Amino acid sequence: MAIREDVIVIGGGLAGSVAAIEAAETGASVRLVTYKKSTLRHASGLIDVLGYADGDDPVVDPFAELDDLPADHPYAIAGEAAVRDGLARFDEITGETYQGSHTDTNALIPTFSGAVKPTARYPAAAAAGIASDDRPMLVVGFEEMTEYNGEMLAAHLEAAGVPFDVEGVECNFPGEYVNDSRVTRFAKRLDIDETVDYEGRSMGAREALAAEVEPHVGDAERVGFPAFLGDDHAEAVRTDLERHLGVDVFEIPMGPPSYPGMRLEDTLKDAVDEAGVRISAGNPVVGFEADGGEIQSVTVDSKGREVPYHADEYVLATGGLVGKGIDSSREDGVEEPIFDCHIPHPEDRYEWFDEEAFGDQPFAHFGVVVDETMRPLDATDAPEFDNLRAAGAVVGGADTVAEKSQSGVSLATAVVAGEQAGKQAAKHEVSQ
Amino acid sequence: MSNKPHVVVIGGGSTGCGIARDLSMRGVDVTLVEQGNLTHGTTGRMHGLLHSGGRYAVADQIAAEECIDENRILRDIASHCVEMTGGLFVKRPEDTEEYFQKKLEGCKECNIPAEVLSAEEAREIEPYLAKDIDKAIKVPDGAIDPFRLCVANAASAEEHGARIETHAPVVDLLTEDGEVVGVEVEHETGPGKRVHREPGTREKIRADYVVNATGAWAGQIGEMAGLEQEIEVRPGKGVMTIMNTRQVDTVINRCKPKGDADIVVPHETTAILGTTDIEVDDPEDYPEEQWEVDLMIDTLSELVPILKEARTIRSFWGVRPLYEPPETGTSDSTDITRRYFLLDHEERDNVKGMTSIVGGKFTTYRLMAEEISDHVCEKFDIDAECRTADVPLPGSDDFSVLDDYMDEYGIRSPIGRRSTQRLGSRTDEVLDYDGPNPTVCECEAVTRAEIQDSIESAGSDLNATRIRTRASMGNCQGAFCTHRMAAELYDEYDADIAYDAWDELYQERWKGERHAMWGTQLSQAALKYSLHATTMNRDKDAATTDSVVDFSAFDSGATAGGAGGTASTAATDGGRTGDD
Repeated sequence: MAIREDVIVIGGGLAGSVAAIEAAETGASVRLVTYKKSTLRHASGLIDVLGYADGDDPVVDPFAELDDLPADHPYAIAGEAAVRDGLARFDEITGETYQGSHTDTNALIPTFSGAVKPTARYPAAAAAGIASDDRPMLVVGFEEMTEYNGEMLAAHLEAAGVPFDVEGVECNFPGEYVNDSRVTRFAKRLDIDETVDYEGRSMGAREALAAEVEPHVGDAERVGFPAFLGDDHAEAVRTDLERHLGVDVFEIPMGPPSYPGMRLEDTLKDAVDEAGVRISAGNPVVGFEADGGEIQSVTVDSKGREVPYHADEYVLATGGLVGKGIDSSREDGVEEPIFDCHIPHPEDRYEWFDEEAFGDQPFAHFGVVVDETMRPLDATDAPEFDNLRAAGAVVGGADTVAEKSQSGVSLATAVVAGEQAGKQAAKHEVSQ
Repeated sequence: MSNKPHVVVIGGGSTGCGIARDLSMRGVDVTLVEQGNLTHGTTGRMHGLLHSGGRYAVADQIAAEECIDENRILRDIASHCVEMTGGLFVKRPEDTEEYFQKKLEGCKECNIPAEVLSAEEAREIEPYLAKDIDKAIKVPDGAIDPFRLCVANAASAEEHGARIETHAPVVDLLTEDGEVVGVEVEHETGPGKRVHREPGTREKIRADYVVNATGAWAGQIGEMAGLEQEIEVRPGKGVMTIMNTRQVDTVINRCKPKGDADIVVPHETTAILGTTDIEVDDPEDYPEEQWEVDLMIDTLSELVPILKEARTIRSFWGVRPLYEPPETGTSDSTDITRRYFLLDHEERDNVKGMTSIVGGKFTTYRLMAEEISDHVCEKFDIDAECRTADVPLPGSDDFSVLDDYMDEYGIRSPIGRRSTQRLGSRTDEVLDYDGPNPTVCECEAVTRAEIQDSIESAGSDLNATRIRTRASMGNCQGAFCTHRMAAELYDEYDADIAYDAWDELYQERWKGERHAMWGTQLSQAALKYSLHATTMNRDKDAATTDSVVDFSAFDSGATAGGAGGTASTAATDGGRTGDD
């Protein structure tokens, strides 16, 4: 049976999910086509809007800086309203699981590197770790884990001049383990509250963990753990630990596999379902059919069979270099692999990078150039197609890594692309 | 002061470490000084080929014979550094039959076992060889880890009483009455192992004799000695490009006279493509260029076509310490002999107290060390025999690897196997670790026990731990382990030192990685950048930048007097069990 929708969104990360929901809100029928696991599992789960503008000082109010951004910055193209709409949509989707919507001001959140990071929205599970809170803190690390050392992390927070007393401790994770267990094993044990032997008694893993940490709490009024406090039952794990310890418990955002990122992925998937969006998962888009300036269908490789998916409007949310929405090679330079949208880049690949690891990295700016309705533009600044829009990391023009603006750019471009796609699809129907 | 003569060896590459081991085993009091880490110079920047001698069998038969002899010795004394992969000289249709026959003949003349294989037989060994090759010669080439070998030589020297000082560049030679009587070094972070933030000191080290084993840097030491006649080292740079996986398990050589890009060496989890040979003026400062990387991939794809599409993870350059006697006047540096030369400066320049050893190559490091040690011993009437060809290096003692390391140390089998390969006979000593032993570097399967063992001798220098363990040398180039390695420093060293060491390792990794910035590795680099800059905020980390953060200006949480935790709620309702 032929697949035909008003809007097809390609890519199931933050931008794709939000664009699909946004389009569905206009009344359009929407299908989300996803291939691999999204990069959310690599991400910290923090929703940054703009952490740094110029220089090393963190931005207090991102909205106060938007006017000063260069004209080709995605925020300058999408406009402040889009940034606010994107955050509003995010807040609606995530509800109580995220905080930060009470203010325009950035929060500084300690991450597992020991550095604090400016961010606009943070998981409720990370909230008690906020650095502008003067309550004393204990940071817990585990000898069974290599991601950070609790004492070293605490010393580094102190070096940044945080306004609270902070101690660190290295504990042992209760129960028996193979020597080289991964964090997923610990998360699982807490999630199902597995029974473990601790100090000669049998007890739940959560209680045992609290008993292990409790002697070190001292004056601390909040205790930070690696972000592996459960998976499906994360809130219960945290609440149980708080009950046993009698202080606030928070998670310190980590690298992959990132539970906060995966939990956000689950929340987004539920919201996409609830919005009535159809999902085609696990098959890549490998090509498209176009008639003049209009895409007629995209071709999905379904286990070796090429199936056309038809729609009036398309949203490209396949990610950047990390998500493989942007590809590159020695021979052909930098490319957008599905529609071959124009991506400005120097011909000489030795101009794609800076010699300093944290220098101004040209590759971090790679992405499609868009107009104010998020249509990718060709080298002459004309839309590549009338009915194609882009959202998320595939959009270029800013080093969102250095700025700490990736999630904000994803949200702002997604609401514009999704809404425009939905509205244009409605016009198609009227005209047909 | 003992009555043993004290010899200072300058240079912590394979030759210098080999000399330090040899002399100290003969009862000489040795101090080795090296400007950077061990292997800092050419040793750490080679393709890891254990020569069979086949490459020199036509043009340089003396070198070829030395190679095959040393090849056999190293398989014995350095078994934990060597992987006997075997090697092939592959003839393509455009390569001449005449040269193929010369190569075969040359191998026989030099006692290098050589066997002709048909194209079909060669492809049975290496299925990815090009379909249109003619035939090949099989020789006993191998792969060798230069880092491990060098560190093992230094460790052996230390066991025999030698003092090893890294990060101690020689700033001057001490001379009296036209005789070299020692060196002055700058300990960058004080004497002993390197520890970040320790203040530097200078030390004058008096010696009864000085050996200059600085390879491409020999001329600079010669200048300090005020030699009338320059030591004419002719440094030749060569690129090596590292692939993400072992496209071949055998050393693949192109069977034709000297040329660029004619060898692929399987090395640990990677394959290394090499190389070029371009004479440079300064061994520390020369251009690293894109065309060299492209040349490796494009030319070697003629032998192994899948290299064309494969992923490279980094490229690096090394400088050959080539030397030729004055007035030889070879114009093309690729024609300069690979043999080594011993320059006694008393005979040559009328400057007593110092000999330089120049030229040569990695495979024959032990022989070079033996010869110069003989020379030094002769000066002091020491008649101890060289034992380095017979006594195994630390880690290569006889041992049975049959223990089940998975059970014994609670490590999953692939990780245990890799650890055992690296550690050899030291496995028990290192892996029998007190406390949890999680994996620190997943790409190279390095556990905490190995990292901690390394830190004992490497100090806070994570690059020194890198070369000892291979941690951060795999596909992700440290994306997922540089911070973990830094965390392993903590306790022994304070947090500031650990962060300095982390930053230094991160920058070092980027230096080679940036030559692989396209395709999958560019995506990998973007992920690494994103993890370290976005998730960790290390590029703008307020603790290491000049930024003074006004914490009170930022969000202090949604609820007054706290940041939205649920402890107080939980305390009142006693047993709130949220779910989601």
